[in-house]
Amino acid sequence: MTAPAAGAAIQIRGVRKVFAADGRELVALDGIDLEVAAGELVCLLGPSGCGKSTLLNAIAGFSPPTAGEIVASGRPVTAPGPDRAMVFQEYALFPWMTVERNVAFGLEVKGLGRREIGATVGALLSKLHLSDFRDRFPKDLSGGMRQRVAIARALAIDAPTLLMDEPFGALDALTRRNLQDELLRIWAELGKTIVFVTHGIEESLYLADRVVVMTYRPGTVKRIVPVSLPRPRDPSSPEFNDLKRELSRLVMEEQLRHEWAEEGAAPP
Amino acid sequence: MRAARLARSLAVPVLALAAWEAVSRAGWVSPILLPAPSQVLVRWLAYASPAEPRDPAQGSWLLWALSGELPRDALASLTRVAGGFAIGAGLALPLGLLMGARPVVYELLNPVVQLLRPIPPIAFIPLAILWFGLGNPPAFFLISLGAFFPVLMNTIAGVRNVDAIYLRAARNLGAGEWTLFRRVMIPAAMPYVLAGVRIGIGVAFIVVIVAEMIAVNSGLGYRILEAREYFWSDKVIAGMISIGLAGLGIDAGMSRLNAWLLRWHRGVEG
Repeated sequence: MTAPAAGAAIQIRGVRKVFAADGRELVALDGIDLEVAAGELVCLLGPSGCGKSTLLNAIAGFSPPTAGEIVASGRPVTAPGPDRAMVFQEYALFPWMTVERNVAFGLEVKGLGRREIGATVGALLSKLHLSDFRDRFPKDLSGGMRQRVAIARALAIDAPTLLMDEPFGALDALTRRNLQDELLRIWAELGKTIVFVTHGIEESLYLADRVVVMTYRPGTVKRIVPVSLPRPRDPSSPEFNDLKRELSRLVMEEQLRHEWAEEGAAPP
Repeated sequence: MRAARLARSLAVPVLALAAWEAVSRAGWVSPILLPAPSQVLVRWLAYASPAEPRDPAQGSWLLWALSGELPRDALASLTRVAGGFAIGAGLALPLGLLMGARPVVYELLNPVVQLLRPIPPIAFIPLAILWFGLGNPPAFFLISLGAFFPVLMNTIAGVRNVDAIYLRAARNLGAGEWTLFRRVMIPAAMPYVLAGVRIGIGVAFIVVIVAEMIAVNSGLGYRILEAREYFWSDKVIAGMISIGLAGLGIDAGMSRLNAWLLRWHRGVEG
């Protein structure tokens, strides 16, 4: 795999996304401009309905924007591509395959040799502490274990960019922190570009180089907050909490707009 | 505890058999209408046993043991079920996959399927005999028809209900259309397909008995109708019990096969 062009791994220019629902048009995203540098970890943060998952799906190539352009690894995005591996909130593991087969899937699709696949899969399983579970089926794993498998499966295709859609949202707090640390370790080791969607303020601060706060409907970039605290970050430190207060204020404004919209009232 | 449970589950059958035996022995009903269970058992053993004493000079022991009338009848019926099912399911599976995956094919063929599906396969017997004469061909036709629709309908439903997230995940990992179909859609549809297979085999087993009563002169269905002509009601009942046992065996086998094939599936314990 050739190294991505230095500078921006993902360029999003003037992206707009409109859904037709019940004969009405719903503007999910509007005027999104964002660049993600190679090797950067960016969190998209906002209340539900702010279009952060829509933006991630557009970057992944699952649903193209109505207007605007997305460029990934130097090429315009038109379809899912092997340079952008996705990790889903629902894990999306193939339940009929064992852990090992799941992780091997992307390599088998590539048509690699049996021995090469075996070596790569073995290394990934041990990196994510899954070696003892290689012959299990997903139904026999806990949520945290399943997400480890999903991360291993995404890493297997060696994409320079990882797209993660609220991957730890369904996990309990301890498992989530554990996997966040795991993700940071892998990120530091492999130098991936990561776009991470979350509605967790603390999660975004714990992980990101920059937090992109999005507005509620239409989804636009409200504010980009750089987080320069050294890692590992201490969520109880005053600096962390200063940022957390700032982010909370920004997100709460949008959360309130969201709630007013739900009630059918105009925001004051 | 176990002994008590066993006693409870055996109590009613044992009492019923005893009552039946008593009624028959008392001579309250004609043995032609209702032979005693002991008489049925004797007849069943005769039906199941080899007709000739074993000649040590020739043939294997197993062949001799299976040379009785019942093993040969059962083999004939099961061969028809297996062959007819293989034809019916063999056609239904690819067609169902195609109809499930391609909306155009579905729209083209679904009206015909919906028109033909509610006709019981048994209603095809007159046509089957006109088309294929007597013997195995009409039987295979009817049995494959009986297996065809359950497998077809379930395969279509299975493919149409594949969770879109699996398709997304596979595409994201670089899978092309063919890989998607072969490695994601087919296994994801498998729980539905296997449910259809199980229903299809059940229908095939019903149809084989009826077909043998009408169009063929061998097999378990033929044998009980033949026995009725001689007023051998003990043999009729012995044959019915054999049919029941064969059906139970098929279903138990299918159930184990399903459990193994779906060992990855939630709610199924391998």
